[in-house]
Amino acid sequence: MPLNLRVKSSNFIDETTKVSFKFNGKTYHGFKGDTLASALLANNVHLVGRSFKYHRPRGIMTSGSEEPNAIVQVGNDKTITEPNVRATEIEIYEGLEATSQNCWPSVNFDIGGINNFLSPLLPAGFYYKTFMWPASFWEKYEYVIRHSAGLGKSPTKPDTDIYDHKYVHCDVLVIGAGISGIIAAKTAAQNGFKTLLLDEKNELGGTTIYQNSDNFKIDNKISSGWLSDQINELKKLDNLEIKTRTSVASFHGYNYLLARENLTDHLSKDEKKNKIRQRLLKIRAKKVIVATGSLERPLVFDNNDRPGIMLSSAIKKYADYYGVICGKKNIFFTNNDSAYESAISLFKKGINVQAIIDIREKSNSSIVKEAENLGIKIYWSHSVVDTHGYKKLKQISIMQLSKDGQSFGGLNKTILECDCLGMAGGWTPAVHLFTQSGGKLKFREEDQVFIPNKYPSKQISIGSCNGDFELDNIIKNSSNDVKKFLNIDKTDFDNLSVITSKEASKKNIWLLPSDKAIGKTKPFVDYQNDATAKDIKLALREGFRSIEHVKRYTTTGMGTDQGKLGNMHALGIIADTTGVKMGEVGTTTFRPPYTPLTFGTIVGRNVGEYFDAFRRTPMNDWHINNKAEFENVGQWKRAWYYPQNNETMHEAVQRESLATRESAGILDASTLGKIDIQGSDASEFLNRIYTNAWSKLGIGKCRYGLMLNEDGMVYDDGVTTRLSENHYIMTTTTGGAANVMAKLEDYLQTEWPELDVYLTSVTDHFATATIGGPNSKKILNKLIPDLDLSNENFPHMSFKEAQIGKIKCRIMRISFTGELSYEINIQANFGKSLWEKCIEAGKEFNITPYGTETMHLLRAEKGFIIVGQDTDGTMTPIDLQMDWIVSKKKYDFIGKRSLYRSDTMKEDRKQLVGLITDNPKEVLEEGAQIVSELNQSPVQMLGHVTSSYYSPNLNKSIALAVVRGGKNMIGKKLFVPMKNKSINITVVDPVFLDKENKRLNA
Amino acid sequence: MFIINCPYCGDRDQSEFKAGGEAHIERPKQPTELSDDEWAEYLFMRKNIKGDQFERWNHTHGCRKWFNMVRDTSNDEIKLIYKMGEKPPTK
Repeated sequence: MPLNLRVKSSNFIDETTKVSFKFNGKTYHGFKGDTLASALLANNVHLVGRSFKYHRPRGIMTSGSEEPNAIVQVGNDKTITEPNVRATEIEIYEGLEATSQNCWPSVNFDIGGINNFLSPLLPAGFYYKTFMWPASFWEKYEYVIRHSAGLGKSPTKPDTDIYDHKYVHCDVLVIGAGISGIIAAKTAAQNGFKTLLLDEKNELGGTTIYQNSDNFKIDNKISSGWLSDQINELKKLDNLEIKTRTSVASFHGYNYLLARENLTDHLSKDEKKNKIRQRLLKIRAKKVIVATGSLERPLVFDNNDRPGIMLSSAIKKYADYYGVICGKKNIFFTNNDSAYESAISLFKKGINVQAIIDIREKSNSSIVKEAENLGIKIYWSHSVVDTHGYKKLKQISIMQLSKDGQSFGGLNKTILECDCLGMAGGWTPAVHLFTQSGGKLKFREEDQVFIPNKYPSKQISIGSCNGDFELDNIIKNSSNDVKKFLNIDKTDFDNLSVITSKEASKKNIWLLPSDKAIGKTKPFVDYQNDATAKDIKLALREGFRSIEHVKRYTTTGMGTDQGKLGNMHALGIIADTTGVKMGEVGTTTFRPPYTPLTFGTIVGRNVGEYFDAFRRTPMNDWHINNKAEFENVGQWKRAWYYPQNNETMHEAVQRESLATRESAGILDASTLGKIDIQGSDASEFLNRIYTNAWSKLGIGKCRYGLMLNEDGMVYDDGVTTRLSENHYIMTTTTGGAANVMAKLEDYLQTEWPELDVYLTSVTDHFATATIGGPNSKKILNKLIPDLDLSNENFPHMSFKEAQIGKIKCRIMRISFTGELSYEINIQANFGKSLWEKCIEAGKEFNITPYGTETMHLLRAEKGFIIVGQDTDGTMTPIDLQMDWIVSKKKYDFIGKRSLYRSDTMKEDRKQLVGLITDNPKEVLEEGAQIVSELNQSPVQMLGHVTSSYYSPNLNKSIALAVVRGGKNMIGKKLFVPMKNKSINITVVDPVFLDKENKRLNA
Repeated sequence: MFIINCPYCGDRDQSEFKAGGEAHIERPKQPTELSDDEWAEYLFMRKNIKGDQFERWNHTHGCRKWFNMVRDTSNDEIKLIYKMGEKPPTK
């Protein structure tokens, strides 16, 4: 009966608004303001999941983002669902459906639970040790392991939610709206700083906002009341923006932070509709104030993981904030005073508190005295040694500790009845963001905490994340630190009277002793990953020393909670076992994000067609209207082939290729990179960046150039035309254009600033139609009747300016197909009209539009390389059998010296060759390996196929390949071994068609 | 994510820039006269310093100008930015 487990809460739960939700298929009710965790606890549901390895029953442990156990799958649609959500962070809404993870068939009866009984066989490193042998069995092991592993289920359909990114700038960013954060934000905003205050919860005020005890007073008011007044004043300030439900994921250098703002997860389905679900804030802050508070530590003892064993602070929050009773018989187990706060708070609400087990000998702080006065039974110098109850805690066993705390004072074991045990192991400052930003920590011996030491940017940490745990210190130090940090004289918080309970005695034992041998116990350190103190000790015995190694071997701290609770204990156990000081053990690296981010938030709007910008040529509409298939080349959408009458790609390409060589074809070449080069040193510049000589190139002539990297490897190629004395137009590959431009600029700006050369990218300024084939001259003649196209006036590798109608164009007679061919460049706006005119003029010659695939086939027939397909950044011009383009006379050019390095001059480098198959119908696979012997072991790879096609003009399969020492292998028989067969091939010259260049000079 | 003070454009986000490796490595004027080892030294060898490192940066999504930067690699503090052709500061 739900209402039995409710008491009057603070004002954060709207008890008049009932909310119904489903958990594991069963309907429950909670109130508006509840989290899934608080609502389940109110319904007496503690068992919410199974642990990762042993499948032990697990309950809700915490009340915040550090929750290791209560992680659930949200959503009833298996195709659109979210795994690994912390029940402690889900605000319930009408229609919420959540299910347990990591259990089958159900959380109550989980077959994997057998692992718990097999646990002696599953020590740390079990998988590494067991499945290593025999190696050939790995595929079989992997199948089983993958099926039994994993947290939650991934959605199988695309996410339908909307996500967003936003840039935010502020003077002061305050992270965390607990009492220190409120002090900082109010002070900053009052003093004219543009301030942004973020908190991961839906309410401001941290833990103080529900601190209703007389032991904590500020300015003669109960601390929660005082803070609530401050928040009301804060909200009126102009300079301040407050974002709740916003978790800072990462803190990078230069005060750049990423935060996830959760906008609709707490709303019902109807309210969510068409709204942005989550927003990634990209924050640049001039100054950052980190006030992220601290996380309560559990205690490490045998069976410290049963449902009903929780953090003491969580039990308090469920009672004070949500009005939820976690147990009917509560016991607290502590090493400090904070459990007393929880116990007193519960007691005063009329909730049963059986006892407090305290490992300390005594404490006489005011709060301990109050507990004693209330009649709460306290067991000093005692420790919990075991717990009982499988799916819910029923009993605990306690024993008296010896003086040194390492063993017991006697053999007497007391058994206490309880259904809820609150652990209070002290507090760990949440320094995650601070260290992410590059901050260095120091270890404070007296209360065993790591606290900020050196700040890497304009930032401070205040409050308990800076190691201040008592109310008077928090207020005084936060106020003073903020004053100094923002250079201001006074704050509203300078002379406040504060009443607090002072902790009088501290004691800490990282691994509490047990009356059993450690091998027989399960003291959990990392709950989510089922890593125990026993595993850590095993790792140390096996020789691991570095905390980073122990972490990976035992998987401590590697779950979705990133070890927020247990990492300190792991360090402590390592320190105690190896005799090294905590400060010297160091911490593992705190990595972003602080809490998990959805992929949707990370990618924001950059999905589908918005994933990347894309570029279209001016002729694009024509290609679409003529049913072209497109391929992506860099950001360009290029026409790939133009299928007619349900042709396959192969059929279309064969038709286009034949038609081009028989009569005429037309290609949209607008995407080729174009760089306009001007200046009195333009020729000298080209001389330096290309392998061949440029000074003597006549005006109106074109030349093919090969560009190398300084390491001698081919970088790009293309034809450059001399338009006038000091004016060239260079073409580059489509994909390489931007990089070539950047590289040329680099040389001009940094190595040769003395050269008078100016570069302008004009790729988008021109549209280019390439007409090729025996009839191309006739077509061009129809388009421009007054242009003399004779070989004398307009030979191969030359350029003319002309006019089509009234529009000026540049025509280059150059060829990438081996055919007689003209490239017509025109101002981009006229691209489509030029294209249509060409098609119209070519109609009588059956002019055939062809795409990139046919272009690739035609050039391969001619043995022309494509940089990036036949080269891969390890090919010199010599390797490509292009010695003819490397000037012997030029003193220097980029990459020249490298062509004479001993390595680049080796005879057995991979070199470009042609391949033909013995069976002319068999087309090789691009990327296939080439070998000389089939029955070799290990088989020696000679090279691989780089381009391969069926040539309709030669009626046989042809391929280009790079083969070790291939230059001297012409005529040699080699093999291409495939999965089920091997293909016999012969090495040939890479030029398959028209070696004499009769066609392009026709 | 640094904020980089481009000498031509002022403070801009790091995403507008591209790092271009170690600065002040001059291309040899007479490469053909160098031994393989000497050429390899120029071509391949770069410093990887913990501390102040001299680097080239390019404002690729801005003015496209190259400039030099002194950056402490241990904490990413940018100590100095100066134009191409300007002399590096002496330590």
